[in-house]
Amino acid sequence: MKAYKLKKEYLKEYLKSLEDFGEVWGPIKKGEIDVYEKITDYSLLNLNALRPILPLKKFLIPPKFNTFFYTKDGKYENALKEVKRKIVFGVHPCEIHALLTLDRLYKERYPDYYYLTHRKSTWIIALSCVPDDKCFARSLNTHFVEEGFDLGFTDLEDYYLVWVGSSEGDDLLRHRLDLFDEKITSKDLNRYIEWRKWRDNQYQLNLDLTAMPDIMELSYDLEIWNEIGERCLSCGTCSMICPTCTCFNIADHLGIDDEPGRRERFWDSCMLKIFALVAGGHNFREKRVDRVKLWYTHKLKAFITEFGKPACVGCGRCIANCPVNINVAEITKILKGEEVKK
Amino acid sequence: MSENLYEPIPMRIVRRYDLVENVRFFQVRPVEIERALTINYKPGQFMMISLFGVGEAPFSISSSPSRPGLLEFGIRKIGVLTEELFKLKENEIIHIRGPYGNGFPIEKMYGYNLIIVAGGLGAVPLRSLLLYALDNRDLFKKIYFLYGARRPNEMLFLREFLELKEREDLECLLTVDKDDTGSWTEKIGVVTELFKYLKDIDPQKTYAAVCGPPVMYRFVIDKLVNLQIPKHQILMTLERRMRCGMGKCGHCVIGSIYTCVDGPVFTYWDVLHMKDLI
Repeated sequence: MKAYKLKKEYLKEYLKSLEDFGEVWGPIKKGEIDVYEKITDYSLLNLNALRPILPLKKFLIPPKFNTFFYTKDGKYENALKEVKRKIVFGVHPCEIHALLTLDRLYKERYPDYYYLTHRKSTWIIALSCVPDDKCFARSLNTHFVEEGFDLGFTDLEDYYLVWVGSSEGDDLLRHRLDLFDEKITSKDLNRYIEWRKWRDNQYQLNLDLTAMPDIMELSYDLEIWNEIGERCLSCGTCSMICPTCTCFNIADHLGIDDEPGRRERFWDSCMLKIFALVAGGHNFREKRVDRVKLWYTHKLKAFITEFGKPACVGCGRCIANCPVNINVAEITKILKGEEVKK
Repeated sequence: MSENLYEPIPMRIVRRYDLVENVRFFQVRPVEIERALTINYKPGQFMMISLFGVGEAPFSISSSPSRPGLLEFGIRKIGVLTEELFKLKENEIIHIRGPYGNGFPIEKMYGYNLIIVAGGLGAVPLRSLLLYALDNRDLFKKIYFLYGARRPNEMLFLREFLELKEREDLECLLTVDKDDTGSWTEKIGVVTELFKYLKDIDPQKTYAAVCGPPVMYRFVIDKLVNLQIPKHQILMTLERRMRCGMGKCGHCVIGSIYTCVDGPVFTYWDVLHMKDLI
């Protein structure tokens, strides 16, 4: 993978120039949280944002979108023909790992037209990060990434080392080749090695997820789950913010007067009570504890069976956002009988 | 541009009639006749029926691919979509996508005895397997079809199944819990009582397929296990309310599996490991 250098003072000018390709999006601070937003004022870009509240999935499977339009005479048409290209800057390695997992889920068996259409139009500029006390990507080996981005920026103090990850990335870079320095010196190399060593040691939260599928299986009927179930509010926040949660529902909406009707696909959550309700009124997961168990089974067991790795990427969003402090770190520790910090 | 697998095909209702109260037979055919023979499916698979303006829901296919061209469903009026579906008349258009699901492992069942055990509405998907086996009679050894309903007027495809009794190459056993007509000529009792008519079956060379109301499974499975049919040769089909049918939306997840792509047909051995099953 070829690499270049970009002086930090050129960053904003460079990103702005990418508007020639499409909309440029990146993390912007809004009150307490960071949000991926379309950038109009580049001084608002928060380069230290660790976890924008809604992860990258919001570009690939928007929270709600129309799939079909239909009319009373029985005709229908595809409602999503193309998507405006978006260049998303500031995506951290853990999120790209989530993206690679979603790619497998949505591109392999029964390729999902809507995902593919959005995916093709979403170009990714990765950015290195320094973890806080909620990041545990190193425990999941998702703290570093070698694919899944078009350009990859590593912050080396006064400049970025810029990796070219795809043909599209190469186009992006060549667009303003004048701003980049092609010459990588041994000093640069040493600085990169030092940075890697330093940064990988900044993780304060380290989890041992060895044998997690077995632990999920063996703990399934333990009383401890009922306590967790009691605590859960069934609010669905964890599903909305988790970078690998992409369950959805589909509903038809009738048009008013001459408007066409529309079939809409929208995010859903297995934590919500009616998720497993079927016609006739039977609910397969009526109890909160059953829904919590399913969520964690899916994160820490099912994906390992299916894709060889957990669905959790260690981004820390559940730690930061669950109102009652149920999260992957907490659950792992509880199941393993470790001391949990209150 | 890639193909949109969520896009349904318009189909015409060519025939519909009530099988029993609130359960209706729908026979449909793609509006474009050239497409009619291109729909390939396996017994045990399901399709998503779509009514624009109402929604989509999964339904088991009741016809057999050995009789191509028409798709058949047996549908109970139970929710919003089926209410609307029941209002449609012959020659009206619905939309369908699929087929989905694994279906029965038909090729593995060649050369084996078949015991098909249905209860109530469970006859809908099992009819597909039964017709397939009868149309390819030489590929299977003995065939038993055991079907139980609560009362004679709740038995689906009654005339069709009574006619099967005239065939000598299968054992068709029908039973009702209670005869309130006084004119029922078949067996009376629960479906498990029909097992006494099964004779000289080599369990290692037998596949069983079960579908019915949840309460039926345990008793039927007990009988099959008693016959020493291996757990991985006892097949059952499960139902969940899929939204996509393609292993994406998550609604049909049971523990680690997706009912829509890993199922809906599972072996008893698979099912033993599943959580929140019923």
